[in-house]
Amino acid sequence: MMLATMMMQTSHLQVSHFTAALTYAFFASVVFGITFRSAPRAMVRYGAYCFAWFMGGLFVAAWVMWLLHR
Amino acid sequence: MANTATTTDDAKPKAPAAPLSAMAIMAPALGWLVPGAGHLVQKRWIRGLLLMVSILSMFSIGVAMEGKIYLPNTGDLLDILGFVGDIGNGGLYFLGRAMEWGGQAITSATSGYGTIYIVGAGLLNIITMVDAYHIARGRKA
Repeated sequence: MMLATMMMQTSHLQVSHFTAALTYAFFASVVFGITFRSAPRAMVRYGAYCFAWFMGGLFVAAWVMWLLHR
Repeated sequence: MANTATTTDDAKPKAPAAPLSAMAIMAPALGWLVPGAGHLVQKRWIRGLLLMVSILSMFSIGVAMEGKIYLPNTGDLLDILGFVGDIGNGGLYFLGRAMEWGGQAITSATSGYGTIYIVGAGLLNIITMVDAYHIARGRKA
């Protein structure tokens, strides 16, 4: 909450689409890893797996949109 | 062949669930109010802290990007779904409403990202509530 308050006091946060997607993927992967697996090692592996899929999907979507735009 | 055909879901071994306890009700409720608290109250310290940091960060970043916090509504389907996602944030949602955080409307790409962050945080918090419930019932270590 302090983070939000500090940012609201200055100006609203401006990030690129890539940074926003990267950060989202990171936090979502942490939650997926912890909640969908039981053992700590499996949690880390599944979190990394989800993050890799998020990133892979991001790059694929980016290239598809670039091709459609041309 | 006949043996494989008779193999059904009820033949699979299932982890025995503990009887419904006060913890099984309290942990998800606490987890809804404060993300990660459902795990912390069951002494899953590291998991609880990681979940708390992740969901709090997502919500805070969403608010900082002036994401929209949806009000209860019966209008557009996407607005209704947005509210359903947001309400998953529990205590954070009510705090955000009380403090009038976030933007009133999605006016830029950044506020669009912020809105998705806030909805995403709520949906992830619902997953953590279910996980806290499973731990309380003994279905997960």
